[in-house]
Amino acid sequence: MRYSGLKVIKEALTGHKGWRPTWRDPEPKKSYDVVIIGGGGHGLATAYYLAKEHGITNVAVIEKGWIGGGNVGRNTTIIRSNYLLDGNEPFYELSLKLWEGLEQDFNYNAMVSQRGILNLVHTDAQRDAARRRGNAMILNGSDAELLDVDGVRAMYPFLNFNNARFPIKGGLLHRRGGTVRHDAVAWGYARGADLRGVDIIQNCEVTGFKIENGKCLGVETTKGFIGANKVASCVAGSSSRVMEKAGMRLPIESHVLQAFVSEGLKPVLDGVITFGAGHFYCSQSDKGGLVFGGDLDMYNSYAQRGNLPVVEDVMEGGMALIPALGRVRMLRSWGGIMDMSMDGSPYIDKTHVDGLYFNGGWCYGGFKATPASGWCYAHLLATGTPHKTAAAYRLDRFRKGCMIDEKGQGAQPNLH
Amino acid sequence: MIINHPILGPRDSQEFTYLGDATLIDRPDWQAEDAADQFHDYLYLRDNPAGEHRELWFHEQGDRSWLVVTRNTVTHEILTVELARDVARTRGRSK
Repeated sequence: MRYSGLKVIKEALTGHKGWRPTWRDPEPKKSYDVVIIGGGGHGLATAYYLAKEHGITNVAVIEKGWIGGGNVGRNTTIIRSNYLLDGNEPFYELSLKLWEGLEQDFNYNAMVSQRGILNLVHTDAQRDAARRRGNAMILNGSDAELLDVDGVRAMYPFLNFNNARFPIKGGLLHRRGGTVRHDAVAWGYARGADLRGVDIIQNCEVTGFKIENGKCLGVETTKGFIGANKVASCVAGSSSRVMEKAGMRLPIESHVLQAFVSEGLKPVLDGVITFGAGHFYCSQSDKGGLVFGGDLDMYNSYAQRGNLPVVEDVMEGGMALIPALGRVRMLRSWGGIMDMSMDGSPYIDKTHVDGLYFNGGWCYGGFKATPASGWCYAHLLATGTPHKTAAAYRLDRFRKGCMIDEKGQGAQPNLH
Repeated sequence: MIINHPILGPRDSQEFTYLGDATLIDRPDWQAEDAADQFHDYLYLRDNPAGEHRELWFHEQGDRSWLVVTRNTVTHEILTVELARDVARTRGRSK
């Protein structure tokens, strides 16, 4: 399905009867050059960039449910490039640059809105840390501004600046950060991949891998065996469950993270605010609902729903920061399953099985990474060497002592 | 979630902090030939099952005991609760 201004006008005059499905619904072929497991944002982006940047179009994306039904549709839609460490920041800066050109690139309205992200600081030590992080961001080509309290007050006068425990002393403003219409990202990549010949196979679960003499020959699925020269797992949230079928134990725990949406309000919050001290962050969607979240539930879970203590904790954080929220009614809450890695950073790597590749461990930062994850995974699959911005995302980095631990928490996944 | 503490009875999970997989009780032998490999697997790799999971919880705002809770990670149902001390002793540990 191709779109143009002319097509919109024509359809408007003829009762919108000419629109067709945006992607095909093919039966799987016997074999492909590359089979991607997982039709989420990262899997579809990988297929798109494989086809577009590397000319590899004999590709299938296999999805257990429907595309975009997993974490790409369950996040809080924030994009940013505000990391500290060398292993991470160039990758996320690549991602943000890809976001900036994404809608033109795949000709689909993903509502990329660079409305700015403000990380609040409450102490002198936090201000020092914010200054250091801001400098690291600028050194890697991102943007950062350190605001004093008057600067924050000018942007968001309704915040509680004099909270007894965490008075606001300033903030680190990342103007190029923002939000994106998350579903449209999956749809845009799916359409772009499909137009270039990628088969998107939905309602098809991978039940096993065919591995002989240390080489992966394909995947067993509910629609039969599908052969492949290369099999690329891309199922963050369920990575351990899928890779277990290939006999692998991963440096990952699955945890649930909850998110919330309020009733629709008139425009009140034009950017994203994070309140790390109280585990609360918030933005306002274009429909008017406040979209917010907090910390993990902290225990291993595959349930896609959390428990009430964290709901209470997030609401308390919200009330501490924005007292005006007290009259707002909550509309929905949900949970997404995170691949929490052992150092808080992801993996894009080959495995010990020839022809089997792994992408996962995105913690709660997977959505913003979508374009760069696809870009770098496609690069690895096509060339056999890691992309230079993702070279640190190796599965063996713990064995070699090359952790990328932004928070310095050690091997305790729920604290990253 | 309510954790049925073997000594104190049913307690709200909010009173506890969570560590993770109960295999962390089985610390490898540091003198083994392949101690480095064993410690890598012990510290960094997890089974991470969908279903029954034995895990360590610490009763931080209670009697400060460590518990081994067997819990279903798909339904959050808690199946059994044991004192970690008892579990460690049945595996030959002195404490």
